[in-house]
Amino acid sequence: MLLNEFLILGAVIFGIGIYGVLARRNGVLVLMSIELILNAVNINLVAFGAFHHDIAGQVFALFTVAVAAAEVGVGLAIVLLIYRNKRSIDLTEVAEMKG
Amino acid sequence: MLNGWLRSPPVPVAQLLAAESATLPQQITFGILAAVMTISALRVVTAKNVVHCALHLVLVLAGVAGIYILLAAEFLAAVQVIVYIGAIVVLFLFGIMLTRAPLGRDSTLDNDQRPLAALVGVSVIGLLCALLVDGFGDKEIVLPEVQRTEEVGLAIFQSYVIPFEVVSVLLLAALVGSVVLARRD
Repeated sequence: MLLNEFLILGAVIFGIGIYGVLARRNGVLVLMSIELILNAVNINLVAFGAFHHDIAGQVFALFTVAVAAAEVGVGLAIVLLIYRNKRSIDLTEVAEMKG
Repeated sequence: MLNGWLRSPPVPVAQLLAAESATLPQQITFGILAAVMTISALRVVTAKNVVHCALHLVLVLAGVAGIYILLAAEFLAAVQVIVYIGAIVVLFLFGIMLTRAPLGRDSTLDNDQRPLAALVGVSVIGLLCALLVDGFGDKEIVLPEVQRTEEVGLAIFQSYVIPFEVVSVLLLAALVGSVVLARRD
């Protein structure tokens, strides 16, 4: 199997995730798009690990999974806090820091 | 001429065909997985119903687990199913429920920078694909043997034990942080 098949699949999912982060205004959906991006990175890590016959790719993919789990936990807590303060999770309304 | 061709069979072609047919099932599986994952990922970022987005995310994550199996990373595939599909998607569904997002069709999920976002996404995909084709044109992945779970465990607890401990501290910090953030006082 070509290395590029996996890398291009990862690139496509990465780009779709970036579109989701930029175009969505619902906080939970932005977090889902970030999950897409992290999974694209994981595909790349494992593909390069298989290509170089190095187990480190899988180990770092495992670390990424753990960091993603932590990120979703804190992210959803923040989204819940925004909902509690504003009664909505529309991220375009969270603009206090806009000059 | 035909006689000579018959007497010396084209060996390279035969070898090529054998090599092709050895990875053909993998190629077909990869094609199916890639198609399902791309379509589901597009549905995640475009669907009008929040719950449908979460369910399409499940499809993408399951596809990633299949890709891991294709790459002989079976432990990672199991972790993907348990942690992502089992835990993170359930967390997302809880988030959708707790924020009382409208469960039917909702046309206010996207903001007004969609064309610009699509431009950025498409150009990122285009640039990355051009770079990858240029850099790794026809490099083949040759899987030597099945990379066993034992090797992953040994690597984590020998070479990468300090990052492993740091990740545990990070998970603890995230746990405490989310409890502090979400607590009502």
